[in-house]
Amino acid sequence: MSSAAPGVQEVIPASDVAEAELYHPHSWLTKYVFSQDAKIIGIQYTVTALAIGTVALVLSWLMRVQLGFPGVLSFIDPATYYQFITMHGMIMVVYLLTAVLLGGFGNYLIPLMLGARDMVFPYANMLSYWTYLLAVVVLVASFFAPGGPTGAGWTLYPPQAILSGTPGQDWGIILMLVSLMLFIIGFTMGGLNYVVTVLQARTRGMTLMRMPLTVWGIFTATVMALLAFPALFVGAVMMLFDRLLGTSFFMPALVELGQLREHGGGSPILWQHLFWFFGHPEVYIVALPAFGIVSDLISVHARRNIFGYRMMVWAIVAIGALSFVVWAHHMYVSGMHPYFGFFFATTTLIIAIPTAIKVYNWLLTLWRGDIHLTVPMLFALGFIVTFVNGGLTGLFLGNVVVDVPLSDTLFVVAHFHMVMGVAPILVIFGGIYHWYPKVTGRMLNEGMGRIHFWVTFLGAYAIFFPMHYLGLLGVPRRYHDLGEMAFVPPSTATLNAFISLVAFVVGFAQIVFLFNLFWSLRRGREAGSNPWNATTLEWQTPETPPGHGNWGKELPVVYRWAYDYSVPGAARDYVPQNEPMPAPTRAATGQAT
Amino acid sequence: MIFTLLFLAAVAVIAGIWLFRQGLTSKPWLESAAPAMASAPPVPAARMGLRVFITVATGFLVLLVSAYSIRMEMADWRPPPQPGLLWVNTGVLIVSSLALQWARSAAGRGDIQAVQDGLVFGGTSAIVFLLGQLMAWREMANAGYLLTSNPANAFFYIITAAHALHVLGGLVALARAGMWLRRGAAIGRLRLSVDLCTTYWHFLLVAWLVLFSLLAFAPSFSWLYAICTAPFR
Amino acid sequence: MVVALIMVLVVVGSVAFHLVSPWWWTPIASNWHYIDNTITITFWITGFVFAAVVLFMAYCVYRFRHRPGLRAMYEPENKRLESWLTVVTAVGVAAMLAPGLFVWSQFVTVPPGSSEIEIVGQQWRWSYRLPGPDGRLGLSDVRYVTADNPLGLNPDDPNGRDDVVIDNDDLHLPIGKPVKVRLRSIDVLHDFYVPEFRAKMDMIPGSVTYFWFTPTRTGTFEVLCAEMCGTGHSVMRSRVLVETEVEHRAWLSQQRAFAELEVSGR
Repeated sequence: MSSAAPGVQEVIPASDVAEAELYHPHSWLTKYVFSQDAKIIGIQYTVTALAIGTVALVLSWLMRVQLGFPGVLSFIDPATYYQFITMHGMIMVVYLLTAVLLGGFGNYLIPLMLGARDMVFPYANMLSYWTYLLAVVVLVASFFAPGGPTGAGWTLYPPQAILSGTPGQDWGIILMLVSLMLFIIGFTMGGLNYVVTVLQARTRGMTLMRMPLTVWGIFTATVMALLAFPALFVGAVMMLFDRLLGTSFFMPALVELGQLREHGGGSPILWQHLFWFFGHPEVYIVALPAFGIVSDLISVHARRNIFGYRMMVWAIVAIGALSFVVWAHHMYVSGMHPYFGFFFATTTLIIAIPTAIKVYNWLLTLWRGDIHLTVPMLFALGFIVTFVNGGLTGLFLGNVVVDVPLSDTLFVVAHFHMVMGVAPILVIFGGIYHWYPKVTGRMLNEGMGRIHFWVTFLGAYAIFFPMHYLGLLGVPRRYHDLGEMAFVPPSTATLNAFISLVAFVVGFAQIVFLFNLFWSLRRGREAGSNPWNATTLEWQTPETPPGHGNWGKELPVVYRWAYDYSVPGAARDYVPQNEPMPAPTRAATGQAT
Repeated sequence: MIFTLLFLAAVAVIAGIWLFRQGLTSKPWLESAAPAMASAPPVPAARMGLRVFITVATGFLVLLVSAYSIRMEMADWRPPPQPGLLWVNTGVLIVSSLALQWARSAAGRGDIQAVQDGLVFGGTSAIVFLLGQLMAWREMANAGYLLTSNPANAFFYIITAAHALHVLGGLVALARAGMWLRRGAAIGRLRLSVDLCTTYWHFLLVAWLVLFSLLAFAPSFSWLYAICTAPFR
Repeated sequence: MVVALIMVLVVVGSVAFHLVSPWWWTPIASNWHYIDNTITITFWITGFVFAAVVLFMAYCVYRFRHRPGLRAMYEPENKRLESWLTVVTAVGVAAMLAPGLFVWSQFVTVPPGSSEIEIVGQQWRWSYRLPGPDGRLGLSDVRYVTADNPLGLNPDDPNGRDDVVIDNDDLHLPIGKPVKVRLRSIDVLHDFYVPEFRAKMDMIPGSVTYFWFTPTRTGTFEVLCAEMCGTGHSVMRSRVLVETEVEHRAWLSQQRAFAELEVSGR
């Protein structure tokens, strides 16, 4: 680093700033609806995703009714049940988690945290949201299409997905594939924005290694998504051809309910490779932003620098790269060449090492911190518990031979819900409690927040922890009705009923959260610009909520990394990134290695 | 998926070198100095955007090729004879690329008239290319090589269609550049716009050459699979 | 304080649940107790890590909770500590992976002298085929599937004439003999799953997959489908009877060969 004298310039004068191509809205419509402001787009993404997520939540209730109390709701027949699980899974993974973490948090936070005025391509950014919305509409439309939505399971495995033994094979599967393609197109437009903004639009002084881990997580996840989603796109196009035009990409010669179909020679495994080539990185596309956000939550609320920042960055990058060579661990018992098992088990377990490092560093950030048990901090702690739990059960499933008895049982369901359902959702909640004051200028109600946290965290744990043991017993997943099984003790029905009851309670706790979001909009405590005393740039905006262009006339200049909390010798226990400070104090004290 | 992995390895190497140059091993908490970064990035955002987009589009095409190479090992694979028209189309696309290259250098000199000629010629030849592809499709279909009759045919249609859609997208961008030219936009802006179109055209050409050689010569990749499973035998 | 206590309770509760849970794996009935052993090793390692992580977190939350005047320590990194943790983690991971890969190599290597049987899945029932006296299974193809030939055996293959076809009925296996199971499907993906055998593998239309095991316990075992296959997925059941050699031979002698079935069907 060259060293210009500190304290000379606190901001970049407007004359020095390259002209940003900001679109200036002319009407209410272009300001709030067809907005090109990344902050508005982020809010639009989040609200849409939470809305469609609520649908998926209701679907999970209906599934749990059937599993806990079989036959109580007579309209849940096998076909409906499979439609519910399929839509629940697809919505939660793609349309909720991916959309909130990248489209929501990414849009809102990337420009603010980097000191940019907006995303670099605001128009494409707007198109991204509207394409996403269209994808959601098409998805929802499949509920009303003849035959209903597809019930092929969220993995949409052919040949089953397009044959008549599966519900929704006439319209549902087509709409699902089209919706996914739209989502991918929309995401690609947004993703180009996130990546190029990080590469190009950082303010002066914001080197890569000064970026908050939130940005690192979202950035890496976006790069991964840009490379992984095309696999799903290619697969979706090919399956659409198989379904609509009668090609045989995935369709072997087969007998459909007594009739020989005209397909021939296709490979169902090919779909699985394409799907999981997208599907496994997808897990980390959801996890990496959550890792980043939780790092920042812990650091801010423990008033301590994130421990081992460099290692955290390297781990994010390493996980991102490794996650592209583990996909076939979803296919150990799929009948692919058995020798691939050696390779993929090894890569899968290696990825546990950088992941474990991240966990250690979160814990070591808590160690000798000054822990404020605020609501965001509680969610971060809850994340650590559920993520570690779910991550460790991943070591069972990743270890090829252990996967053989456990695959396709409830153990898998419990594992992925814990690790990529509950854990990232807790982070999303934590993030919303953390940044809501910046978005609205008011704090979320803390009492409701605590109720929401404890019910969600303990409830979700009580749902999914015992479920592992049902899987260990051998209860298969995706069963409409267990029926009579000699090896399943009667107590299983009790446990299933218990899990269902807890699921209802946890679901209702989300209503508290949604109510809180609306209630605090008017009634919440005034937040001020930096209620958590955080160092990162989004808390240093001249206005709260930040105005169009974020920074008023002059862009901030960054003088330090994002984690100067409790710096010895500093007057306050945090030093904002854009605050110059005399060099000697830090050089003397900062070298604790 | 071997091709995809090779492609990703290349991306990873480039990203790794770039990250390393950005000081990934520096200790940010020791840097108390003022910022050293210039306020304007060295590459215009639009150009960086195009680079990222080309990477994504390449990934998409490579995945298609991967699917193709896996599917072609199945027993029912019967590659169709390729219409000779494809050779002509390939020539047209090369001409189109050259025309844009010419427009680019003209923009560098500031020769507006030559830029216009280059854009018009490049755009027209790209349209001719698309029409030629359409005729190649008809030729195939008339000869009885239908989409459903063999997966090799289906891949031919899908791969050419995917490429053609990318060409269409490029034509939209080219039309925008032409619009700026007619409105008499500043030379800097025009230069960037023409430059981006040219880069994209070269990408389209390279992509087509690779895809075309794949379709025309239908090389078998079983040896690659053999290499990858060899250690286990 | 309360938060730390609840976190401790989460750990205590989880361990207690693990110990008293009535839901545990079924008594094994095949040679794959190695798999169970690997699971046990994994449980010990991961259980220890889980308890250590959450208890450490609870301790931190309690010990370093905010109090007036408390100030966090400023410590950007500690290379030695991080290196140590990395090494220890790598060792733990290797301790799980090594036995896993070792057992996997056994899993994919069918011992010589195994008898071969075939299991065919279709929506939504199971069928089985055993080689006749010649010990060989005949060729098959979905194009031959008819009501009388539900498994699509090639009528022209002499090896298949004596094959025993069991359509929609129980499978009988002799105890103590390694079996290579050839898996086929004639419509969609299925997965032959007997929890007591531990081993399973998907069946894929258009190709033949396999796994092998040795039944080690006599009894009747339930067959489930473990790969989603449409609306009838959860009712796709069958049974496997593992019996002594003598019983098995007696049962086999009552079964009809494919050639006889074909004749009776005409």
